[in-house]
Amino acid sequence: MPAVQETIDQVRLIDVDQYKYGFETDVEMEKAPKGLSEDVIRFISAKKGEPEWMLEWRLGAYKRWLTLKEPNWARVSYDKIDYNDMYYYAGPKNFPSPKSLDEVDPEILKTYEKLGIPLREQEILAGVEPKNRVAVDAVFDSVSVATTFKAELAKAGVIFMPISEAIREYPDLVRQYLGTVVPVTDNFFATLNSAVFTDGSFVYIPPGVRCPMELSTYFRINEKNTGQFERTLIIADKGSYVSYLEGCTAPMRDENQLHAAVVELIALDDAEIKYSTVQNWYPGDSEGRGGIYNFVTKRGDCRGKNSIITWTQVETGSAITWKYPSCILRGDGSRGEFYSIAVSNGMQQVDSGTKMLHLGKNTTSRIISKGIAAGRSENTYRGLVSAHRKASNARNFTNCDSLLIGNQCGAHTVPYIESKNATAVFEHEATTSKISEDQLFYCQQRGLSAEEATALIVNGFVKDVLQHLPMEFAVEAQKLISISLEGSVG
Amino acid sequence: MAQLTLMRTPTETALVQAFDAAKATLPGDVESRAKAFEIFNRNGLPHRRVEEFKYTDLRALMREIAPFAVKPSASDAAAALAKTTAFAGTEALDVPFVNGHFVRDAVKFDALPEGVEIVPLAEALASGHEWLARLSPVAWAKDNPVYQLNSSFMADGVMLRIVGAVETPIHLRFMTGSETAVATATRILILVEDGASVTLLESHEGTNGAAHQPNDVVELIAGDRTNVHHVRLNREGDQTLALSTLALKLGGDAYFNSINVVAGSSISRHQVFAMLNGENSKAQINGVSMIKGGQHADSTLIVEHAAPHCESRELFKTVIDGEATGVFQGKIIVPHHAQKTDGRMMSAALLLSEGGTMNNKPELEIFADDVQCAHGATCGQLDDDLLFYLMARGLPRMEAERLLVQAFLGEAIEFVDNEAARDGLIAIAEDWLKARV
Repeated sequence: MPAVQETIDQVRLIDVDQYKYGFETDVEMEKAPKGLSEDVIRFISAKKGEPEWMLEWRLGAYKRWLTLKEPNWARVSYDKIDYNDMYYYAGPKNFPSPKSLDEVDPEILKTYEKLGIPLREQEILAGVEPKNRVAVDAVFDSVSVATTFKAELAKAGVIFMPISEAIREYPDLVRQYLGTVVPVTDNFFATLNSAVFTDGSFVYIPPGVRCPMELSTYFRINEKNTGQFERTLIIADKGSYVSYLEGCTAPMRDENQLHAAVVELIALDDAEIKYSTVQNWYPGDSEGRGGIYNFVTKRGDCRGKNSIITWTQVETGSAITWKYPSCILRGDGSRGEFYSIAVSNGMQQVDSGTKMLHLGKNTTSRIISKGIAAGRSENTYRGLVSAHRKASNARNFTNCDSLLIGNQCGAHTVPYIESKNATAVFEHEATTSKISEDQLFYCQQRGLSAEEATALIVNGFVKDVLQHLPMEFAVEAQKLISISLEGSVG
Repeated sequence: MAQLTLMRTPTETALVQAFDAAKATLPGDVESRAKAFEIFNRNGLPHRRVEEFKYTDLRALMREIAPFAVKPSASDAAAALAKTTAFAGTEALDVPFVNGHFVRDAVKFDALPEGVEIVPLAEALASGHEWLARLSPVAWAKDNPVYQLNSSFMADGVMLRIVGAVETPIHLRFMTGSETAVATATRILILVEDGASVTLLESHEGTNGAAHQPNDVVELIAGDRTNVHHVRLNREGDQTLALSTLALKLGGDAYFNSINVVAGSSISRHQVFAMLNGENSKAQINGVSMIKGGQHADSTLIVEHAAPHCESRELFKTVIDGEATGVFQGKIIVPHHAQKTDGRMMSAALLLSEGGTMNNKPELEIFADDVQCAHGATCGQLDDDLLFYLMARGLPRMEAERLLVQAFLGEAIEFVDNEAARDGLIAIAEDWLKARV
């Protein structure tokens, strides 16, 4: 069945030429020398005032990176990236570490105002009920410009700060966990990130603490010809809970800019991490000029027993997306979830999905992925579910649907399902028809058609997940959720 | 990227030597063989870094190359054929092969059923028969290294032409009777002309204890309004590494039904490259693998809906016991113009033991917006509830398991239209299950 008009209109609303965040901010910037070399890495490390071990770590990664080849297995094509033709560090001038918002360049503050990101605590307090408060870490090119609610979070024992600051203030904690989920040698882009990462967030939730508010980081690429290499590390200690959100935008330009981030999540016994992303990097124009190359490595490690990691992503931006938020289900009874809505338009190319690696006993995972391709875009779901020998009673349910609007685009599904344990039960579904018969029956008995019932159940299910997003982030997502499920092609 | 491909494994070097030694004696045009071999040789044997061979690493699995089989004497051929087990009744027209070579004397050319023509491939290659122009109809196959190896080494086979409705099934009976390991490369070209219908049975057997390496290719060009049923049975010897390919080009308003049953060989890989080339056609492609011990069975499938309004159904069932490994890689491709395509692919695997492994990779590649495509994959053990139900009714556990597995496999086997063949396959599944106890 072809897509219905309502869906087409809604996708049109987020088409590439409707990009709202494409403005530039004029701030005086300080940059590292162009290109990549040991000197540039030393420059970045010095800028961040890092200890010696961190510099060594970076240089080790750089040496390793020189021996690696760019991966080419993803279903995306782009001109070769010249890694020596960009800046690896760009920060606002005279701005080593702002003590308060008053020291921050007003131009930058205006930028965040325009983007609708609240950086002033009192404003947030005035407008919104306390339970909806969000602490924000704002990263502008290579530097974190402001982090809100730090003091209040500290009262609860929660550490939430830019990672460059954490390296100075909590070196032991960072050293203990950094690179343990995504090793330095993991892949080409992760290794590059390890060598040159500039900023990002560091979160530590102490045992038994439920983080009192949502944490979020807002990434903004502003400067021309730079790459953004952020690194986020979130540790949820035993029995703790945190919900973390990430948003990103960039100006409209004809050039392609590289964004190679690494996100590491660690959940210890009984801890829960919810990581949500609304990815809205500049996708390039309708002819495919410009846009961000989003080559991101995101991985969560359910290290403790009964730990939970949930990835929720709404992907609408970037010229090219290469992103597979994954869960290593190491702890017995741990759970991994992945909910994704990826919309591609114009000339965008998306190759995204997840990996669920079942290592422990009684581990469960669930994958719900919806890809919507329009224009001349390519949308690929690529996922791996694997059960190792010892993963007794592992359970996975995967459902990935795709929808095509027009016949100039493509939707592809590349799932890998590998089971080495007889008691593991894996199900991969590509249609919406196999929802619980009971629920369907219940709805149909009340007069809904099968399609309406299906849409209701699936929509209700996805909505339930997205309700965990705070208002600011949910707006974009809500638009996409209302997209009808009719015409899915599996 | 650095050229690391110059490194050759001993097996690859042996293949180059084997080709150099054999090319002069093989029938037909040396040029085209050399070309096929050169393409193969550029990349060598596929390994786990080659996506299509990710789960079946031929570089690691083919440690050596068995010598290519020579044409057996008439008495050897007769002795080998006497050892084959009956399959699918006696009604069929018997077209036997021993050690990869067509046993010409076993076929009465003057008494062929109406509408059937048979041309021995070795002769056709030597004389440049006109049908040869129709070889290699499917592009996906040509890019495949296993197919390229067959194109380089093919020594014999037959070309069949079917006109009109042929009632008698045709049984292509392959027997590798040699006591020492041999490699074979056979090629079958089947031309089913417009409006024709036929049932093709293929059985592959071999001696146990010898590491035979058969590589056979069946190319089937079925025209418009054709109706083709195809049953393939792998009952190769227990040390055999069996590679096989089915390349299909299907016309419009046609029906094609195929099943591949793996009940033998140590390592097997069956590849299907199907191209639905005319509108309103339907293809049903099934597979059943029953593996145990250290067996490895790979089912690889590409179905390209090259025309609109076609329907394809793929159903693959794998039962894994011992430390065996099952692989399913399926891909449905729907290009821009193939609107109203309806494709459904399903792979289900049962792991009966602790040590088994199943790798599933069901892919979709869709460029048309008004289509219905779905795929599913499941993997798990027998349902405890069902077992309990049967055991509560007094069946011993083993018996209950047997019944459930049989029902599981039956779902794929029941599509076989020919009754004798279907019964034969069910009996093979039963025997396999009985042998578990």
